[in-house]
Amino acid sequence: MNVIVCIKQVPAKIKIEIDPKTGTLASGGVDRAINPPDLYALEEGIRIKERTKGKVTVLTIGPAKADESLREAIGYGADEAILLSDPAFEGSDTWATSHVLAKAIKKSGQFDLVLCGKQSIDGETGQVGPMLAEALGVPFVSLVNKIEELGQISIKVMRMSDEGHQLIEMMLPGVINVVKEINVPRIPSLRGLMVAKKAKVPVWNAQELGIDPAVVGSAGSPTRVAKVFFPQRPGKSEMLQGNPESQVDQLLEKLRQTKAI
Amino acid sequence: MEYFLSEQQKTLKGLARQIAEQRILPVRAELDEREEFPWDLIKEMASSDLLRVFIPEEYDGLGGGCFDLCLVVEELSRVCGGIAISYAASALGVLPLILYGNDAQKSKYLPAVASGSRLAAFAVTEATAGSDASAIRTSARRDGDHYVLNGTKQFITNGGEAEIYTVVVMTDAAKGSRGASALVVEKGTPGFTFGKKEKKMGIRSSATRELVFRDCRVPVENLISREGMGFIVAMRTLDRSRPGVGAQALGIAQGALEAAAEYAQQRVQFGHPISTIQAVQHMLANMATELEAARALVYATARTIDAGARSFTEESAMAKLFASDMAMRVTTDAVQILAGAGYMRDYPVEKMMRDAKITQIYEGTNQVIRNAIALEVLKRKAKQG
Repeated sequence: MNVIVCIKQVPAKIKIEIDPKTGTLASGGVDRAINPPDLYALEEGIRIKERTKGKVTVLTIGPAKADESLREAIGYGADEAILLSDPAFEGSDTWATSHVLAKAIKKSGQFDLVLCGKQSIDGETGQVGPMLAEALGVPFVSLVNKIEELGQISIKVMRMSDEGHQLIEMMLPGVINVVKEINVPRIPSLRGLMVAKKAKVPVWNAQELGIDPAVVGSAGSPTRVAKVFFPQRPGKSEMLQGNPESQVDQLLEKLRQTKAI
Repeated sequence: MEYFLSEQQKTLKGLARQIAEQRILPVRAELDEREEFPWDLIKEMASSDLLRVFIPEEYDGLGGGCFDLCLVVEELSRVCGGIAISYAASALGVLPLILYGNDAQKSKYLPAVASGSRLAAFAVTEATAGSDASAIRTSARRDGDHYVLNGTKQFITNGGEAEIYTVVVMTDAAKGSRGASALVVEKGTPGFTFGKKEKKMGIRSSATRELVFRDCRVPVENLISREGMGFIVAMRTLDRSRPGVGAQALGIAQGALEAAAEYAQQRVQFGHPISTIQAVQHMLANMATELEAARALVYATARTIDAGARSFTEESAMAKLFASDMAMRVTTDAVQILAGAGYMRDYPVEKMMRDAKITQIYEGTNQVIRNAIALEVLKRKAKQG
């Protein structure tokens, strides 16, 4: 089974600085790492490959530095990695990103399953997975916490939702995004990391992908950020005094006053 | 300080840190409390190739030297000295084979240790013999193509958990230390059983047990080097392994320093974090300085060994001595900085202080280590005349 895993390189530090004027991440000079939710997608991809004797190809869009994260993915056990990099991609929103990924997946050849993490820890939109499926014209299931059955033409997955679990059968090829409950990602092996250092990681630019620079990057991104701000929390709290009985009476009175009961 | 590690060493160190922080950190307190041997973690280290580091390439290893092993041990010890020693003891257990074993012995035992399917252990100490290896009582009597072993080894790290034991025994008690020989004994050999599991002050997740031999028949092909070489094998093995104890001490001290610095910045007294108090700052400064000095010595020693120096008994002893004494002071000061909290088992530094103590004791107490260093100093002076 040919599996594609899409990853994103994000700031590695937990304590990141936010530009107080623009409200965006001040990412300059920060160490970067694979987006942690993507590690679950990568692990699941490697497990599928090990079960089916298939192949895992990892894709990312980013600057030359993102090559490090792709090599790390090879260290974990991916077979191939491709960096999608072009100055024209800068400033791409989720729509343009999905467009670039879809073009790259089509160019990379025949595929059965595309795996994504639930969302990135910097943008936190969770939109790329479904948009990518749409761009590829294939089905999509979100929030997968277990792959129940892996068939030749379809896949049965468990989907976590607020109401409970859904067992869904999806035709292949298709796209899923996974939640952290799906597995415990392995630690890479030393030999794998050494292989990864020497691995060839090709770079595909807009021209090689046959992408019109006008439809990607800032120019091709329909998303307009109107305002980014810190939310104000005007919450008030009040401690009730007295013995438990009188506190219950006071609480009931307040609930009645606010017409909560 | 910049130690100019190679790319491969940086990768190795990073991987060891990843395992330590992601897998060991969440369970270290519980394993310490329950005195439980960390098999899951050993398997995890094995699948990441960490157990290949110290095995030569021709036996499925990565051919790393003393320095590579030190880097791994230091990173593991930064989070848990107990788990680190279970790892390092396996390296110690196969060192006699790597240094003195023949090809058949190496081919038989090293690949299994490299893959992590079998752990190793090294056994010298007995109830009457520790620093004084000539007092070993465990005997090996030649009987046809076997040795028949009788006696008990004590305080053996990885005892019971390891499959491969390199054991120093007396093949000719009349010759004293020149009558000692080193043998490989496999777990499961009839007549080889394990005594009680020790309850320890620190490194409590590691297994420490007695090895009991009662008419245990070991094939003669398990003899490492020649009869009478046991003492030499043991001494050369320890010369090579002592920087590893130094590295364990570095890691424990590093963990304690980081915990102390973090706490000092959070703990507020008299309206300010205690890190603003000069008395605390000077403690942190001394801890960091001593730690870095010890690191420089351990690393320089490991690199000396890897570069092919012929004799390094003195350097190796110094690295172990200086780093372990440093770790005891640094962990004690870390407990002092955390004060009441530091004394509580909810915080990690009291465990670090307990774990540090053993580094002053095993692979030669720091007193007998000083004797060894003094002997080298005096020998050198005597030669100069």
